Amino acid sequence: MVLKVFFPSCCSSADSGVVIGRWLSEQSSAVVLAVLHFPFIPLQVKHYLGELQRATKVKVSVLGSWSNSKQEKEERLSEFLEDLGTIFCHEPWIQISKEGDSKFWSCSTLQKNSNNPKEEEIILVYYDQRKVMLSHLHPPLHTADGRAEDASRLSAIFDTVARSRVLFLTDRYDEGPIRLTHWQSEGVEASILVELLKQASVPACLLLTGLLSLLSGICRSRVLKFWPLSFLWSKLSTCEQLGHRLQHLQVVSSNRKAQTQTQLMRKANIFVSLLIDVALGMLLMSWLYRKNRIGHLADTLIPVADHVAEELQDLLQWLMGAPAGLKMNRALDQVLGRFFLYHIHLWISYIHLMSPFIEMILWYVGLSACLGLTVALCILSDIIALLTFHIYCFYVYGARLYCLKIYGLSSLWRLFRGKKWNVLRERVDSCSYDLDQLFIGTLLFTILLFLLPTTALYYLVFTLLRLLVVIVQGLIHLLVDLIDSLPLYSLILRLCRPYRLAAGVKFRVLEQQDGKPLRLLMQINPLSYGAVVQTYRLPTYSCYPRDSWASLCKKLFLGELIYPWKHKGEKQD
Amino acid sequence: VWLAAYGLFALSENSMVLSAAIFITLIGLIIYLHFVKIDQESLLVIGSLGIQVTSSYASGKESTTFIEMGKVKDVVINEAIHMQKVIYYLCILLQDPEDPQGVSEVVPLFQSSKPRLDCLIEVYKSCQEILEQRTTPPQSS
Repeated sequence: MVLKVFFPSCCSSADSGVVIGRWLSEQSSAVVLAVLHFPFIPLQVKHYLGELQRATKVKVSVLGSWSNSKQEKEERLSEFLEDLGTIFCHEPWIQISKEGDSKFWSCSTLQKNSNNPKEEEIILVYYDQRKVMLSHLHPPLHTADGRAEDASRLSAIFDTVARSRVLFLTDRYDEGPIRLTHWQSEGVEASILVELLKQASVPACLLLTGLLSLLSGICRSRVLKFWPLSFLWSKLSTCEQLGHRLQHLQVVSSNRKAQTQTQLMRKANIFVSLLIDVALGMLLMSWLYRKNRIGHLADTLIPVADHVAEELQDLLQWLMGAPAGLKMNRALDQVLGRFFLYHIHLWISYIHLMSPFIEMILWYVGLSACLGLTVALCILSDIIALLTFHIYCFYVYGARLYCLKIYGLSSLWRLFRGKKWNVLRERVDSCSYDLDQLFIGTLLFTILLFLLPTTALYYLVFTLLRLLVVIVQGLIHLLVDLIDSLPLYSLILRLCRPYRLAAGVKFRVLEQQDGKPLRLLMQINPLSYGAVVQTYRLPTYSCYPRDSWASLCKKLFLGELIYPWKHKGEKQD
Repeated sequence: VWLAAYGLFALSENSMVLSAAIFITLIGLIIYLHFVKIDQESLLVIGSLGIQVTSSYASGKESTTFIEMGKVKDVVINEAIHMQKVIYYLCILLQDPEDPQGVSEVVPLFQSSKPRLDCLIEVYKSCQEILEQRTTPPQSS
């Protein structure tokens, strides 16, 4: 089989020495992790490797020799390197040598216990050690700590480099018996900011956890569970959103370190999403309060409500006349119209009663926008729901009337034809009625039939209005969902450090020379944006249409009340 | 697009409509070049590592997929009946991890350049040469 050597590109200019790494025999590939320089004592090297193996659980061993000669080829060095093969006895012993500044290296292997020694083909693959160490392959394989026999080759390589972090912690300024060259040998990378944040985050997390447990205890207390209040809480979407955010905060401030990659990304995503949310909310708040816009808003609210009520009154007057040329039943028309007009009158007087307090209420409610933009949007949606409550009432009245009428009509139509609905068998059976039953039934049927257009018209008008309000509320909720579930941290990571989220690798063939091994450059193929969003989406209490179009139309036709947006319970992951 | 924009301009006497139309056309062209128009497609087969399929778009963007050799079952030429003619395309058969004899996925190659049968036969022969080598495992070591 062809031998593959994965060589880190940072070691290309290292001094001569031996290479250490991991040998994957089933794939016949060698992953080189570092170069160990002369002088060294073989016993110390073996000791060091044994320690490393215990620490990282990666089978690190001496794989071969590396000679980087700036001048002409030195014969003695090559013999010395071959002798090293006997000391470290690795099967097969790989020898890589580089002459001067040439790009083409020569690679050969030494096999001691082989029956037919033949020239094996070698492929040199260069890889960027730091990027491979930091990246995570998607889709992630669920492997336990042991070896996965059927792990794909690439994940084995990525795994090897990632788990050898301990190896990369010794740099060349360390006073030890071993001198290594790897990507961090010029100096271990660290950042003061990160260290400070890590130190500060522990007490902050504890404090936050304490506060949150207090808050959730209050929320769950029995006081708030009495019937009217709990009904109110479940109807207001603001409370749901607040509860959702509280849960997010709890996840972020928990003390346990994230075990797997997905948990870490989820925590980071939630944190960034919360941050952006609060920042946008503060921005909105500052804009609202800058030029006393809240006052203006409150001032315009009452006239707008008045205007809406007036429009509704005009609409009803139009319906009570001859709308669109249709002739209505005068008496029923007047009754329904007057009933709804009185309703609107009540509503207007209620709004006028509230008007002195509107500004103050709005001012305090606007303060809660600092909890986040999503909360502000939810409050907006709730305010819309409250303001259009009379439209909802009208819709319910109209729908109930229409529904009754339709049921009555259908049952009397059956009577007209001499049939009856059999409740026990749930089907239509023929039935013989008495004469007076038939007479009254036919009379009622005729009345209902001719009153149908009037009720149908009222029902249509109010259903359309209600649908309008529902659509607006639905759009707001969609926006809130979007802000909630977008994995911003993952997207920014994909933008700035694309090698961290890898969908695979790509190879590039470098210049060739006859007689020398094939050279390839292995680069990381980042995940596409769509895949990033799909993998790291945060679960939400999303609202999506409950009914399909067909059942919606059926419900509308029959006059059943529609609640098109269904709120899922919290998703358990 | 430009005809509609000119019509709108004649109606509304607002020169912004024309500049908006030009802008939209430019953006549309850029989007087309970057996401839709494929300039060249290439296939790299490395016997012991895998198969890599690259397509490069007109704007210079390259999209690559690498399939490991362990997952590749075979490379075949498939026939398809499209409208009134029969077209041939090269595709890679991926192995099903559960069922060694089954095929889990078919990856078609050269979808945009659609080379003809003689071209495909040459590519097929070279691929088969390399794939045959991997199925004979070495006896040594």
